[in-house]
Amino acid sequence: MQPASATYTGVPRWVLALAAIGAAFVLLPLLAMVLRVNWAEFVPLITSESSVAALLLSLRTSLAATALCVIFGVPMALVLARTDFWGQKVLRSLVLLPLVLPPVVGGIALLYTFGRRGLLGQSFEVLGIDIAFSTTAVVIAQTFVALPFLVLSLEGALRTAGSRFEAVGATLGASPGTVLRRITLPLVLPAVLSGAVLSFARALGEFGATLTFAGSLQGSTRTLPLEIYLQRETDPDTAVALSLVLVIVAIVIVSLAHRTGAPSFRRARGAS
Amino acid sequence: MARVSRPLALVVTALALAFTGCAPVATAPTAGPTAGATALTGDITVYAAASLTATFTDLAEAFETENPGTTVALNFAGSSDLVTQIIEGAPADVFASADTANMARLTDAGLGEGDPVDFATNTLEIAVPPGNPAGITDLAGLAGPGVKLVVCAPEVPCGRATAAVASAAGLTLTPVSEESSVTDVLGKVTSGEADAGLVYVTDVTAAGAAVAGVEFEESAGAANTYPIVAVRDSASATVAQAFVEFVGGPAGAPVLRAAGFGAP
Repeated sequence: MQPASATYTGVPRWVLALAAIGAAFVLLPLLAMVLRVNWAEFVPLITSESSVAALLLSLRTSLAATALCVIFGVPMALVLARTDFWGQKVLRSLVLLPLVLPPVVGGIALLYTFGRRGLLGQSFEVLGIDIAFSTTAVVIAQTFVALPFLVLSLEGALRTAGSRFEAVGATLGASPGTVLRRITLPLVLPAVLSGAVLSFARALGEFGATLTFAGSLQGSTRTLPLEIYLQRETDPDTAVALSLVLVIVAIVIVSLAHRTGAPSFRRARGAS
Repeated sequence: MARVSRPLALVVTALALAFTGCAPVATAPTAGPTAGATALTGDITVYAAASLTATFTDLAEAFETENPGTTVALNFAGSSDLVTQIIEGAPADVFASADTANMARLTDAGLGEGDPVDFATNTLEIAVPPGNPAGITDLAGLAGPGVKLVVCAPEVPCGRATAAVASAAGLTLTPVSEESSVTDVLGKVTSGEADAGLVYVTDVTAAGAAVAGVEFEESAGAANTYPIVAVRDSASATVAQAFVEFVGGPAGAPVLRAAGFGAP
């Protein structure tokens, strides 16, 4: 704290003051929540059967959603960053829409797509695949909201990294597949990882779309945020304890994302 | 400009926090409700259970027409949320709950002005999508194989009523989803995702053609009672009390009955 006055940091004091207010605005609610935690009962509350079921389901579905985000998001980012076609800008905006869409709207849209009477739901039903009220529905909802995070961060990294190395590789006779495998992906691997961590975090916090689209049943669709929402009705202590668990997981994720994201800066700078 | 001292910065922060943290609990007692016995004046905020949305919107309008000096602001949410907000200092003048348990939380906290008045009851009804694809005709049909049933979770009032009905009938229901609000149950039925849902009679009435209702005799055993009370230390205590009497009196009854609510 104090060295700030000793050495020039390049930030006027009033900026520091406003930043402090902003930081307090973010941190104070978290502190207020921690103060309400019933520590004597904390461990029994978070290890109850329903709490553990919700936590495990959340971790399982979020990992599955993250895997889907990587499988489909990396190609999407590559297409958006490395190709040029008519309507690309519009497509990019539309693909990133879930970022700004209220999750409940996403849930309604998914319902009309994958629901029993939805656009694709009837075809799925013919095939004997039942998505409604299944864990699959949770994963679909989480992937829907989390995908833009990976696409956005990876596309930015691809543009920053530039395509000179790829061009050189191509002139030396490497096929597009080889260029992708040997040059592009290693170059942006840190961005893929940090994007995946962000997607995981978003999937873990998903609430609105899941509630609207997947329902809520212990062990199959009731993820941690839904369990918190329900417990708050009768058992605020459990709701607060589980909220704290989610906050701790979020802090771990954010620090992970920072650690994996940092090298991409170094590499990008080293490359230029 | 740039020479803001560190202590001053702290003061600014503290002030900003004080303003943002200031809940409007201590409203100045202006515009006292000491006007004559004939003309009511004042503004009140009514916190009412979500299932009362349509009826209380109508009743508030009727109340304002009858008492031109008053305005009624409405806030609808789950009863449990509303009680929590009021206990945490939300500026409510009247609270109408969908069950007695949540009302008890308010009165136990010493926030009720006088005793709550029971003004309506609500019973469960089976809601099915139009055309009733699963062919549900009674409560036992909900336990049939392959029926996608959605109910309220036992933690919320409609879920407690569901559990009561099921155990009274000796049925074990295996729902595909236990929602945290009756609105979510209805949503799963109107969208056709579920074959049937257990909701309140009033929800079926309000949903119109989007769902069909299937009545069942066991429902009478688990009726929810709706109490209403004026909240303590209201700035417009007289208006709040008048609204409570309006809802519980001859003006409120026909509106509530038309929506499907029963007499208390």
